[in-house]
Amino acid sequence: MNEAALQVLGLRKVYANGKTALAGVDLQVAQGAFHALLGPNGAGKSTLINILADTVRPTSGLAKMLGRDVFRERSWCKRHLGVVPQEVAFDPFFSPVEILRITSGLFGCRPDESWIRELLERLGLAEHAYKNTRQLSGGMRRRLLVAQALVHRPALVVLDEPTAGVDVELRRSLWSFMRELNRSGTTILLTTHYLEEAEQLCDHVTIIDGGQVVADRSMRELMEVVAGRYLFLGYGDAFELSEADARALSAFRPRVMSGGVCLHLGGQGGEDLGFHRVYEAAVSRLGIPRKVEIRQEDLEDVFIRLTGHARKEKSTS
Amino acid sequence: MNSLNPYGAWTLFLRETRRFLKVHMQTVVAPALTALLYVLIFRYAMGSRTVPGLGVDYLTFLIPGLVMMAMLQNAFANTSSSIIVGKVMNVHIYLLMAPLSAMEIILALVASAVVRAFIVAAAILAALWAFVDIPLSSISLVMLYGLCGSMLMAGLGIIAGIWAEKFDDIALISNFVIMPLTFLSGVFYSVAQLPPFWQQVNRYNPFFYLIDGFRHGFVGVGDTDPYASIDLVAGATGLCMLACWLLWRMGWRMKP
Repeated sequence: MNEAALQVLGLRKVYANGKTALAGVDLQVAQGAFHALLGPNGAGKSTLINILADTVRPTSGLAKMLGRDVFRERSWCKRHLGVVPQEVAFDPFFSPVEILRITSGLFGCRPDESWIRELLERLGLAEHAYKNTRQLSGGMRRRLLVAQALVHRPALVVLDEPTAGVDVELRRSLWSFMRELNRSGTTILLTTHYLEEAEQLCDHVTIIDGGQVVADRSMRELMEVVAGRYLFLGYGDAFELSEADARALSAFRPRVMSGGVCLHLGGQGGEDLGFHRVYEAAVSRLGIPRKVEIRQEDLEDVFIRLTGHARKEKSTS
Repeated sequence: MNSLNPYGAWTLFLRETRRFLKVHMQTVVAPALTALLYVLIFRYAMGSRTVPGLGVDYLTFLIPGLVMMAMLQNAFANTSSSIIVGKVMNVHIYLLMAPLSAMEIILALVASAVVRAFIVAAAILAALWAFVDIPLSSISLVMLYGLCGSMLMAGLGIIAGIWAEKFDDIALISNFVIMPLTFLSGVFYSVAQLPPFWQQVNRYNPFFYLIDGFRHGFVGVGDTDPYASIDLVAGATGLCMLACWLLWRMGWRMKP
């Protein structure tokens, strides 16, 4: 079996102020994966990434990159890792081109000018290459961070919120670039707040909350097994579900919604009930509906259900 | 095993060097001008007096001390400001993320500070050459003390930078520790001129040995035996480098 690009075991981090950011996280990123690491704010994503980047010290636990111990073979692992940190900051003394050359050098590689040019072009920075970084817009700086993480051609790229503050068009071009890199063999670990992007791009998802893993599956599995599927039957605004009907359909967890009823089809870890079985049972009690829809939870719904994040936010506001 | 990254250390050295060269008015020209002003002022204030006990012309005595003082202060400023600017602007993470060992980072930072110290020294001497006759008794003493002094101060600058959380902290150390110690270490006078108590106090000031030994290399006389105190100076420098290395490795005040 191939070594995992990244393997994290029982990683814990308690900060000096006593706050537990990671309460024993296990994570495995396969080589060549496009892996999403999701979680609400304060879930511990950045702490995990910063520990890998060596800007935060772990309290305990293990991490391996391509089979090598990250904490014992730091230099080797760092050479094969490119991290896009969440906070944008640059040395004010240098231009983008100089920053990329310096970063390349710090990673022990003589600057590859054609690769640097390609990075600047692909990330829409070519015309700003010689400006002072202070003259760049927020979105440009974030793209420069991406270029900086890629300049030494790492085998594993970790992106911590790379598209925050980047407009739609550039986000799209950034993603197509990441996809291309991924296809040519680069493993990518991504955190993002744009869940629809994660759903489109990533083939594996790990969701953490409160410093712990709450879901870890392939994207397909997550959407087939964990995401709920529902059958919505529309009967008009006057519709009411009698107690007898509710009891008869209880296997399908009926919920009355505006103008109809919603029945559980499958997912959420349960067995697949099958459209026909649910539909026929409903029709035999309620009659032919005027409208039939199949509704499917998307990644965002699943995320909210697993982390209870949206509810938490509401209750605190 | 950790793999070595000499090219990375070299790049860091170049980065640090280019950083101070980009603002050379502030880092090279200004210290040279300050030294020149000191010399002009003391020339008129003191006339052509000789230093009691040493029999050397006062200006000839003063200049090597000024040069060394500038070297010490600039070496300290180079490393301390680089680290604190990095921390305040949050760009120090790129250094932490790079595949460089603590040893490589310390070496590169110190080397760049030493280069700055020597460039400043050369600038001051070049500016003064026209006005004063500067003897040179032993080039190896000058180089040895110049090197040890600037390495020691670069190391202290690293420790100060690691410890500091804001620019104020560095200014505090510069103004209340480094400045008094360098000013009171026999740059402007021979220790023999001091009352016995203060002579004794000066024996515990490390900068006193640095400045006296460095001056010895130019004028050939001094308050101490520079060949005897080289052990002390080299030892202090070595200890300081060791402390820098340990602190950086621990990630003290750099990595939460």
